[in-house]
Amino acid sequence: MFAFALPMASEEGGFIPPSVSDTHLPDIFPWFAEYGTGFGKQMFMIVLSIVLITWFFTAAIKNPKLVPSKTQYLAESGYAFVRNGIGRDIIGEKNFRPWIPLLFATFFFVLLNNLFGAIPFLQIPSFSHAGSAYAMAIIIYGTWIAVGLKNHGIRYFKLAVVPSGVPGWIMPLMIPLEIISNFIVRPMTHSLRLMATMLSGHIIVMLAAAGARHLIVVQDSLAMNGLGVLVILGSVAMYFLELLIMVLQAFVFTLLTAIYLQGAIEADAH
Amino acid sequence: MNSTDFILAASESVNPLLPNPWEILVTGVGFAVLLFIVIKVIAPKFEQSYEDRVTAIEGGLEKAEAAQKEAEETLALYKAQLLEARTEANRIREEARSEGAQILADLKTKATDEATRITEQSHRQIEAERVAALTSLRTDVGVLATELASKVVDEALKDDARAQRVVDQFLTDLEAQQNAGASN
Repeated sequence: MFAFALPMASEEGGFIPPSVSDTHLPDIFPWFAEYGTGFGKQMFMIVLSIVLITWFFTAAIKNPKLVPSKTQYLAESGYAFVRNGIGRDIIGEKNFRPWIPLLFATFFFVLLNNLFGAIPFLQIPSFSHAGSAYAMAIIIYGTWIAVGLKNHGIRYFKLAVVPSGVPGWIMPLMIPLEIISNFIVRPMTHSLRLMATMLSGHIIVMLAAAGARHLIVVQDSLAMNGLGVLVILGSVAMYFLELLIMVLQAFVFTLLTAIYLQGAIEADAH
Repeated sequence: MNSTDFILAASESVNPLLPNPWEILVTGVGFAVLLFIVIKVIAPKFEQSYEDRVTAIEGGLEKAEAAQKEAEETLALYKAQLLEARTEANRIREEARSEGAQILADLKTKATDEATRITEQSHRQIEAERVAALTSLRTDVGVLATELASKVVDEALKDDARAQRVVDQFLTDLEAQQNAGASN
């Protein structure tokens, strides 16, 4: 479904039903090389997001005023949302300060890359590609395990998998479950939740666009054409739902990061 | 185009769970770079801005508190000064009153003294005059007695009756003289 992402190509190839492979555009460098062999659009957007986040937040706080300008206020609100709303509330007043940068970078990195999916021409959430979601989940997985080891030593693994207040005879059942849940399933759900929601949202938008185009352009029946218009109207509603999900998933991803860190810092507290 | 074509096309598509290793690399490195920038530049600046604002607001409140305290202190000082001035005024008034009373008393004493002095002087004068009068009277009485005696002696030889008459005459004269002196 190049028609949606690259309008130029649409007239030549006819109708191609959208699929996951359509989220894999030819690479930019080398130009139109096969996906996965070079530097692609998704990678470009990752880099673009880093540049934009750095630019916006450094520019907003360049000359901090006591009474902030609109830009500074916006940036400070965003910063305070992550700092207080996620960091302080989840990790706690005592320990949250060192983790503000990680949570801040995670939230805005994921948020902006998700929102790229709602911006024409960019039009694809970077995290609908599993690689990026895996990368983020691995970084955070490694971080909270390292935090647990640093705070509790090797005893951390015992604290993490042996639940307290559970009768001994149930331990043979509980311990494997805890190992699977904490150390195997957790990073997978953390990454796949983000990837799947972004990918499905993107596919829905693609499907609506491709279907509408097919109904209006290819079908001759007036009823079908009308149906195509309805699909477009429906896809607008989907677009706003997707916007909501994009923000929500960035929040959820960061919230889970904070919860994992909190669990590692205070592994002995429960 | 029908639905089977679509399903067929979808089933042929790549597995979405298989990652592009280059994307893992770009995302990982990119995020590391972003995190580094956030740690080094962005987060400290936002924290600093937050701290500055807290300091400024707290500083402003403290300043206002200090100003109010100063105002209160000044007010208390003024009140104390006013009280002091009033006390001073009262004291001065009291002093003036007592001073006036003192002066009055002094004057009274002085006047009394003067009066006493004048009275005494008068007494002394009267006394002196009395003494002078007595002396003069004595002298007069002596002269008169001598005169009388010489008259008595002169007449005695002639007539007892006359002598008696002379004495009577003399006494009458003396009495009249005395009366005249008393009426004076």
